[in-house]
Amino acid sequence: MNAPASPVVRYLARRPWAARLLVIAFLVGLWEIAARFVVDPLFLSPPSRVIASLGTVFATRGVPAALQLTLFELAVAFVLAVAIGLVLGLAVGLQPFVRRSFFPIVLLLYGMPQVTILPLFILFFGIGAASKIAFGVTHGVFPIIVTVVAGVQNLKPILLTSARSMGASRWQIFRYVIFPHMVPSFFTGMRLGMSGVLLGVLLAELYVSIAGIGYFTTLFTQNFDPTKLLGLIGVLAAMAIALNAVVRRAEAHFARWRAG
Amino acid sequence: MADTSTGLRRRDALASRLVQVGFLAAVIVLWYLAATRWGVNRLLLPNPVAVFDNLVDILRSGEYIDDLKVTLGELAAAFAISVTGGVTLGYLVSRSPYAIRVFEPLFAAIYAIPIILFLPLFVLFFGLGPASKIALGAAISFFPIAINTITGFGTVDRSYVTAARSMGASDYHLFRHVLVPAALPVILSGLRMGFTVALLSIIGSETLASLAGLGHRIVHLAESMEMARMFAYIVFVIAIAAILNAVVSGLEARGRRN
Repeated sequence: MNAPASPVVRYLARRPWAARLLVIAFLVGLWEIAARFVVDPLFLSPPSRVIASLGTVFATRGVPAALQLTLFELAVAFVLAVAIGLVLGLAVGLQPFVRRSFFPIVLLLYGMPQVTILPLFILFFGIGAASKIAFGVTHGVFPIIVTVVAGVQNLKPILLTSARSMGASRWQIFRYVIFPHMVPSFFTGMRLGMSGVLLGVLLAELYVSIAGIGYFTTLFTQNFDPTKLLGLIGVLAAMAIALNAVVRRAEAHFARWRAG
Repeated sequence: MADTSTGLRRRDALASRLVQVGFLAAVIVLWYLAATRWGVNRLLLPNPVAVFDNLVDILRSGEYIDDLKVTLGELAAAFAISVTGGVTLGYLVSRSPYAIRVFEPLFAAIYAIPIILFLPLFVLFFGLGPASKIALGAAISFFPIAINTITGFGTVDRSYVTAARSMGASDYHLFRHVLVPAALPVILSGLRMGFTVALLSIIGSETLASLAGLGHRIVHLAESMEMARMFAYIVFVIAIAAILNAVVSGLEARGRRN
């Protein structure tokens, strides 16, 4: 362990992210070799070709519109999930009796495997954007409700009592006591809700789609065009990682005042 | 004083049970009224009585057994793979703080990707049969298990390790009597999370592209517009999932206590 280390090793030892990049490069290299020499090119194409042909993926007629449509579905579903989750979370969480009565029902619904009712969503909302948005909302709303309830629950009763005894109005109590306390758990809820919305929208897209991402993943799969398929999936995966990183930042930022 | 407060609490608990029962009853009554009186299309909302009859018929005839076997078999295989891989890799990574700093963010970033996106690739590689579901379920449930294993073993209090060492514990004793008991609660909750997502992704991938299994059955019934039977199967699958999750949570709670 303490043997005189080469400069490379010492460099890496101080920078875990550099080693992480090396690991990623190694995996991509494995993929490249496997795709070039081992696996049938109908099923897998090497990363170099995927990256080189990203341009043609976006040039495929309909793909930019499909990405736009899927992003639109995600955005609408996320906004709806946050709004509904916040309202329901506060409604369930603020009164102890209501919480004891309805929180178990929320948890029961949250634990339900929602994919089983995916065909119903298509029947109710059609094969267009509405069913994707609805399915995204039902996936995203439960983690938000649960974290909002948990956040309100952690509120110390003494804070409410003292605010009230100092003559704070209902609105003031909400604005200056409940709201700041909810913010950290609210952002945790937003992050979980975001991954729920992503999952719901993509599941519905993959199930049946006439214009979104799901349409093109199906098309590229059926045409045995792994280059374009991987390009499209790669872009979406990168988007998911970026979205997650943004929400995580926001979460850390808004949780700061508590730690101090 | 104490008596009245426990009495009050008991009455409160009873009242919230009543609200819960009332809520569920109201949902079913509304469903019944919507299906029979308010003229909601039978293809959108079948009569709950018909759904119940179908459910009884499914359970009695045993026609679910084949699909249930397929789904549970896939689940068992996927979970076995992800537990073996996740715990082993997680343990190896957790042995060095440096490896944790290299791999943990990597796993966390991949965990943020909805891996269900890759389903078309899994189907290309492994076909429409059980293999693609097993592979997908294992890939998805690997990450929570690996991440929790790293956290579990990685955050064992150093002083426990030092104390055990100074009392002359061997590697095996250290592992068996210090590391494992200290890490177990976190690992167990990782296993529970992994189990839940494996179940979800297997039913999900059966719904999206498959030849057999409970998810496939539901889609098949939806496409042939046998709504009452489809609702009955949905109820059946939800019940199965609830039972499995309850069993796993029970096992987790039990493992924590030991």
